[in-house]
Amino acid sequence: MSSPHRDSHGRPIVAVTGLGIVTSLGQGKDANWDGLTAGRSGIHRIERFPTEGLRTTIAGTVDFLFDRPFAAPELSEKLATLAAEEAVGQSGLGAAGDFPGELFMAVPPVEMEWPQKQALATVIDGDADYDALLREAASRDHRPLHELFLFGGVAEHIADRFGTRGSPISLSTACSSGATAIQMGVEAIRRGETQAALCIGTDGSVHAEALIRFSLLSALSTQNDPPEAASKPFSKNRDGFVMGEGAGALVLEDYDHALARGATILGVVAGCGERGDGFHRTRSSPDGKPAITAMREALADAGLTPDDVDYINAHGTSTPENDKMEAMSCTAVFGERMASLPISSNKSMLGHTLTAAGAVEAVISLLTIARSRIPPTINYHQPDPSIPLDVVPNQARVASVRTVLSNSFGFGGQNTCLVLTAAPEHA
Amino acid sequence: MRRDVVITGIGLVSSHGEGAAAHARILADGTAPIVDAAGFAPYPVHPLAPLELDRQIPKNSDQRQMEPWQRLGVYAAGLALDDAGLKEDVEAKSEIQVIVAAGGGERDHAADSAILTGLRDAASPGAFLNERLMGDLRPTLFLAQLSNLLAGNIAIVHGITGPSRTLMGEEQAGVDAVRTAHARIAAGQSELMLVGGAYNAERRDMLLLFELGGFLRTGGYAPVFAREDAPGMITGSASAFLVLESAERARARGATIHARLADVGAGRTRRAAGDVTASLGRLIAGLGPVAAGALAISAATGCAGATAEEAAAIAAALPAGRRIATGDVVGHAVEAAFPLSVALAAAALADGQAGEALVTGAGHWRGEGAARLVRA
Repeated sequence: MSSPHRDSHGRPIVAVTGLGIVTSLGQGKDANWDGLTAGRSGIHRIERFPTEGLRTTIAGTVDFLFDRPFAAPELSEKLATLAAEEAVGQSGLGAAGDFPGELFMAVPPVEMEWPQKQALATVIDGDADYDALLREAASRDHRPLHELFLFGGVAEHIADRFGTRGSPISLSTACSSGATAIQMGVEAIRRGETQAALCIGTDGSVHAEALIRFSLLSALSTQNDPPEAASKPFSKNRDGFVMGEGAGALVLEDYDHALARGATILGVVAGCGERGDGFHRTRSSPDGKPAITAMREALADAGLTPDDVDYINAHGTSTPENDKMEAMSCTAVFGERMASLPISSNKSMLGHTLTAAGAVEAVISLLTIARSRIPPTINYHQPDPSIPLDVVPNQARVASVRTVLSNSFGFGGQNTCLVLTAAPEHA
Repeated sequence: MRRDVVITGIGLVSSHGEGAAAHARILADGTAPIVDAAGFAPYPVHPLAPLELDRQIPKNSDQRQMEPWQRLGVYAAGLALDDAGLKEDVEAKSEIQVIVAAGGGERDHAADSAILTGLRDAASPGAFLNERLMGDLRPTLFLAQLSNLLAGNIAIVHGITGPSRTLMGEEQAGVDAVRTAHARIAAGQSELMLVGGAYNAERRDMLLLFELGGFLRTGGYAPVFAREDAPGMITGSASAFLVLESAERARARGATIHARLADVGAGRTRRAAGDVTASLGRLIAGLGPVAAGALAISAATGCAGATAEEAAAIAAALPAGRRIATGDVVGHAVEAAFPLSVALAAAALADGQAGEALVTGAGHWRGEGAARLVRA
């Protein structure tokens, strides 16, 4: 038997053997790839709930999975299930309901939602205060709501369905959660704890209160008309992000384990970098140091240099602050080369899929490598002169891409960067 | 090659007050629990002792931007950093990695009640809800509520610039937080971790979630393992954070080592009868041989089924050992329950109460965990 393959740090190599994705552009890799490379937007007017009186009335919701009302955890679970079925199916690993690896899931924080609270309140006489709600709860007529609104519920159900091993992880690092799920899977494989990991980021939580909360923080675009033009990362007239929904799933596997079973290697998660930012709850350090450090640590973890990167899959939210900070940080890491290094934002078409974004964009990054085309940044009609980048404006570009840096930055000072590469040429 | 992992900092806050030494004394003396039976009747809770927040969170502006569970966690994290002698160590604070087990933010109970009452008669419920939420929600409230903002606030208040991760999922989040932190150091992926959780029991929105499923004890206090008359949780406001460090790093800097965290395991079952006992049995077996005189500290919830099964697993491992239920000391603190139990075990070992400790915990709905600690 040949000696095991190791990365430049002497660790097991983490291969990707399955990918799955669902977004507002559709279900599956092909539907999404067609939309993304055609420069099509999945953002539309919200019909899930009334938008009267709201400043933002658009989102990239996924509306094709239920024909009944549902709570956010139900949609998050459905999205995750579909993405994971696609990824596990492609990997050919294990059997139905018997996935031989651990589960790492980025899931949105949950809480009881208004329709369910209203259902309790309708049977209460007098004020619907929490003591009255508690008395109604004690009737045990609403027992399923407990499981529905547990933080760990979605991951438990996914673990049940796919038969993953060990204790399922539910995690949040805000808008970098999807990338953190991948990073935790990478670390577990490098530790030798597991030969495979199912890493999922999912978010189906566009409801009235979630939208209003972001709206009150002035984080959302209010340019509702036309909806598909609202998300315009790196443009001068960008005015906030657009909420989106979706899920991305990756099957990660020890490279030698994948080789031994003759699996198709779709790529490698070569490096991960993360850095906290103690500057402010929503704003980044003005010097961009945490983002810069996260990118450099991801490259160092991959044993690569900035010159090795062919393309940056941007966090690119379309908020004034993020895009400026990200451009500045990338320029600090890549220097003069940044003027010609392609960087594009999938969020121009999908909106910001929040908890899912890091996983959704990792899937798209690996498709970019496999299919040699870079999805564009759409709605780029008024360049921001302070951000002189090659954002792959408006049209997809044919390009040979072997190494991608995928950025994720979140509230609470979360910065997570992944380096994704093509499969090694010589096994 | 696995490296030794040691505990060099303990931060503990509960209904009894704060500090590892104070809690070790409570374990030794068997001090009676502090229970508020009236404030949230018919649900007893263990209320948080008054804290001088300024001692760990000096800026009022920081205190204002947090909710009670976050202030509690930031406070306990500060105690752990102080105890480890790292609070002023800028280099260590840029190196340290944080894992927090967290739930989510507290509802504005008055606003929710007014909206729910109004919604029943609203001609256009959707528009009414939008209007009230736009007017009643505080913009900053959202940030105070985000699960990962306990970690974010720890970074801001204590000047930690290393990365953080937040695990969710009730009790099992606490188990997996400690397990992951231990595994990272043991495997050489990290030298220094801050891990823990915080729970505020004094909120009706969380009582509501658990009562929907029938998981709360009503009526008076009874010990965790003696609630057959009315099984269920009695929740407690509490937080624990631990500084975990590679033994090598701790020795090199001459740190006080409270205990060695030998190993941590986590599992899950579908909770058929007997599953919890079997799962904990497997996890305990995976920890290596447990000394006969080991102290057992259990994060059991008091809920029907799982609690008795956890007792059986402990009895099988330590037939003659001394057993303490964390819930009898500080109440059940959900995400923080397992970190609290590990912290209490470390405090007891540091105090010389035993040479070894076995920590167990089966969540109220899903998830089982176990850890073994050895006196340094």
